[in-house]
Amino acid sequence: MSLTNFIDSLGMIKPEIAIAITLVVVLIFDLIFKEKKTIIPYIGIAGLVVTFLLLVAQFGQTAAAFFTRPGSTIGLFALDPFSTFIKMIIVVSSVVVILMSISSDEIKSVTARSGEYYTLMFGMILGMMFLSSATDFILIYVSVELMSLSSYVLAGFLKLQKRPSESSLKYMIYGSVSSGIMLFGISLIYGLYGTTNLHAIAAAGNIQGFEFITMTIASILVFVGIGYKISAVPFHFWTPDVYEGAPLPITAYLSVASKAAGFAFMVRVIQLGFVSSVDSHGFWTLISGVDWRTFIILIAILTMSVGNLVALWQDNLKRLLAYSSIAHAGYLIAAFAAFSNESLLAILVYFVFYLLMNLGAFYTVMVVRNKIGSEDINDYDGLGKTSPLIGVVFGIFLFSLSGVPPFAGFIGKLYIFIALVDAKLIALAVIGLLNATLSVYYYMRIMKHMYFNKPNEMTPKIDAPIFDKTMLLILAIPTLLFGIFFQTIVDLAQQSIHLLGL
Amino acid sequence: MSFPILTLITFIPVAGMVAILFMRKGQDNVVRYTALAATALQLVLATIMLFAFDFSKAGILDASTFQFVEKARWITIPNVSWIGTIKIDYFLGVDGLSILMVFLTAFVSFIATLSSWNITKMVKGYFIMFLLLDTGMMGVFVALDFFLFYVFWEIMLLPMYFLIGIWGGPRKEYAAIKFFIYTLFGSIFILLTMIALYFSATETVNGVQLHTFNLIELTKASAYSATGILSPQNPNNWRLIAYIFLFVGFAIKIPMFPFHTWLPDAHVEAPTPISVILAGVLLKMGTYGILRISFPIFPEITRELAWYIGLFGVINIIYGALVALAQKDFKKLIAYSSISHMGYVLLGMATLSVTGITGAIFQMFNHGTITAMLFLSVGVIYDRAHTRGIYEFGGLANKLPVYTGFVTVAFFAAIGLPGLSGFISESLVFLGGFGSTVTRTLTIIGLLGILLGAAYMLWTLQRIFFGKFNEKWSFMEDLTPREYLMFIPLTIVILYLGVQPGTAIEFMNTSVKTFVHFLNTAPF
Repeated sequence: MSLTNFIDSLGMIKPEIAIAITLVVVLIFDLIFKEKKTIIPYIGIAGLVVTFLLLVAQFGQTAAAFFTRPGSTIGLFALDPFSTFIKMIIVVSSVVVILMSISSDEIKSVTARSGEYYTLMFGMILGMMFLSSATDFILIYVSVELMSLSSYVLAGFLKLQKRPSESSLKYMIYGSVSSGIMLFGISLIYGLYGTTNLHAIAAAGNIQGFEFITMTIASILVFVGIGYKISAVPFHFWTPDVYEGAPLPITAYLSVASKAAGFAFMVRVIQLGFVSSVDSHGFWTLISGVDWRTFIILIAILTMSVGNLVALWQDNLKRLLAYSSIAHAGYLIAAFAAFSNESLLAILVYFVFYLLMNLGAFYTVMVVRNKIGSEDINDYDGLGKTSPLIGVVFGIFLFSLSGVPPFAGFIGKLYIFIALVDAKLIALAVIGLLNATLSVYYYMRIMKHMYFNKPNEMTPKIDAPIFDKTMLLILAIPTLLFGIFFQTIVDLAQQSIHLLGL
Repeated sequence: MSFPILTLITFIPVAGMVAILFMRKGQDNVVRYTALAATALQLVLATIMLFAFDFSKAGILDASTFQFVEKARWITIPNVSWIGTIKIDYFLGVDGLSILMVFLTAFVSFIATLSSWNITKMVKGYFIMFLLLDTGMMGVFVALDFFLFYVFWEIMLLPMYFLIGIWGGPRKEYAAIKFFIYTLFGSIFILLTMIALYFSATETVNGVQLHTFNLIELTKASAYSATGILSPQNPNNWRLIAYIFLFVGFAIKIPMFPFHTWLPDAHVEAPTPISVILAGVLLKMGTYGILRISFPIFPEITRELAWYIGLFGVINIIYGALVALAQKDFKKLIAYSSISHMGYVLLGMATLSVTGITGAIFQMFNHGTITAMLFLSVGVIYDRAHTRGIYEFGGLANKLPVYTGFVTVAFFAAIGLPGLSGFISESLVFLGGFGSTVTRTLTIIGLLGILLGAAYMLWTLQRIFFGKFNEKWSFMEDLTPREYLMFIPLTIVILYLGVQPGTAIEFMNTSVKTFVHFLNTAPF
């Protein structure tokens, strides 16, 4: 890498630099102004707004940054519309989660440590943003670790209680093992082709196909790392425990932002490293040797089905939403199995709507938790009558998650099934749709408790603070509107399916 | 047509709903009258449409002969090379297939609003859901874009779920979720076929070929590209599979045996007005969907499978009637009689003849009015006695003569007594069925349904209204003015169409002829 290239490249990571600066500012502010902890989240939001503007300015650009050696044109970092879109999702969900943290009782109880909390959060954002763009296994590994280490601590942030500590430890053990396995996979690939760069791996594969056995094993090992991040079955075991033990804003965050980064990671590795060409209809041709398609289809079926089936039995709403988020990851993996540009479109569109409805659902659970300190489904009996606003917005989020029109979730699912049908993966589409029907049952179970069961003496009358009400409406209204007018989002996503490389 | 009558008729309930949303608590009567005004206005518009309807225009396959057409672009997602421009139209129109259904929806919704007067629990929420349901139903019958159709089709699910689940009987939760899951299960198959059709066919708009959800374009063989998954040239059986998917989706709504088990539960638990809507309008959406979508888009498979459709129709007729015979609950009995009567519709459609399909559509309309009346009768007695056990009553005829009179009309219409509307449609179905060699044997078996129908209906009449009077019910009063208002219009329609069936049949004549000609000759 020459100095000019280095300086050029710095220009391409402005959003990441903005996040890093915010991180430092938060840290220093926390050290200097010990009495003004409540201002910290707003500094964070300001930093994120700046980042978002920088991302908007970057939108549409495609370039490689940080070349591996002087004169080479392949880099460690890709600036392309796809990663910019994912980063926007990450930034927006970070803003929502910070606002959520401001009003969360769990986080308020540890205001004294809020400096740490936000610092770690920005560490995570930085990791996720680099992961969305990384095109070299070394950078990928470093980003995954940066993001994971921060999230281990965040998951156990309420360290004085038993469950959070347990969940944090579990998260860390699972995380270390899977990243270790991924590293082993990477080393196998390095052993075969002498490179960790995805461009170079694809170039080597394009010459005479991949070496079947070693490369398949290596791919599966690498997928362990990916699967852990997107909580694909069978790498999902940590998810429910961590989601249940972590403070609610962090649970919400892990289910949206961290998953978005995980998907970007999966798309990047497979599309850049294992796809040889894209035809005029947008279908990808895989480099011979590694049959990613069958593998992804299997993982998708497992993830959808296990997520939904287990969610049926959950009584704790955090756990229920955790399994539901596993199921949603399953739909997204299924969309990816079409291996076409439409898969990318479906993933991006879905994430926008998923962000709204999933964060919304978690936000509602948090508002209720703030009042009654519980997430048990039986404590929601009759809530729709005593607290109409909560009932209605939660209803919107749940209907949207179950994917019925006219809510945004339906459009998300529609695009997934469009991708599948166009790729003639009808059987997978049928399995996906059956799963979607199954999922309705547990979402409607919550509705049943809220509306059909009679309120009892325990049922709280929740008059949420105006701040929470506004936030809920900000998330609920687009969930409804995008279900009817989804043109803009899809249009934007269509412009963003371009990845650096092919 | 510049006056957007279809948009109005579809969205007037939503306007009423929004108005109700902003009303303060405790104004229950204002809420009720607002809902009544919305449905009344809808009924007026539907009546105007009946008078403005041009009998000579066929519709069905030709966009230019649809009436009251409104077409606007709803979603456009501009071109990218690999997927092409995506467009979804807001495309409404009415032809001979749907005009009667539009009127039926408005009519039954109005009656159901009247019947909702004695709902006292969460009145505001009830009417909000009720009006949303109304919009969904109306939308299904006027939509000519598959996507739009699907959205309306699904919109109905949510209000129905709450209407059964909150205002229903003792096992309402079970019934509500069962209804929801069953119907959703059906609609995912419709969704899948819809996407596959979208990718297989194109429409030329301003000289550019675009994929389309347009239901009329999808009936044209020329619209399908040779490589499309559902193109007639595709040697695989995808079209057959798609047809079965679509059929299952619609059959659940009819409900066709063996997908019928949600219906008795939903009916028994639903409050009276919702049962009226459910039997009066919702079930028709299944058969309407088959007529509007399955038949014209897959005519060659329809011809191939006509016998099976007829077979399921006959199973419905016989099975529904037999199970109805065994019922001890008045409402459940009517629910199973609905299954039996919807079997006639299926049988009529399977004949693929002008007589049979006319009979089927007419039967859809008549079943709507007759069953609405039957469920209202159940409601009247349940409101007074708080039980629906057939054996708990007896000799009510002396105590409630007027009520008995209306019920008798409804029962006889359901049996198919000449002079009442049910007779005409059932005869047409059987005439058509007998005239076609494919369905002749089935029709002969199906005729047994008439006998069974008479058996359970007359037996029920006997058990409830004749025989020894149970003194427990001596406090019962005859009909209130509001109840008169519900029964009289329905009775008039049933009597009038029994004597003058031509009035209704005129509306569909041209359309059905074109439709049948197309089904039997379509070059797929």
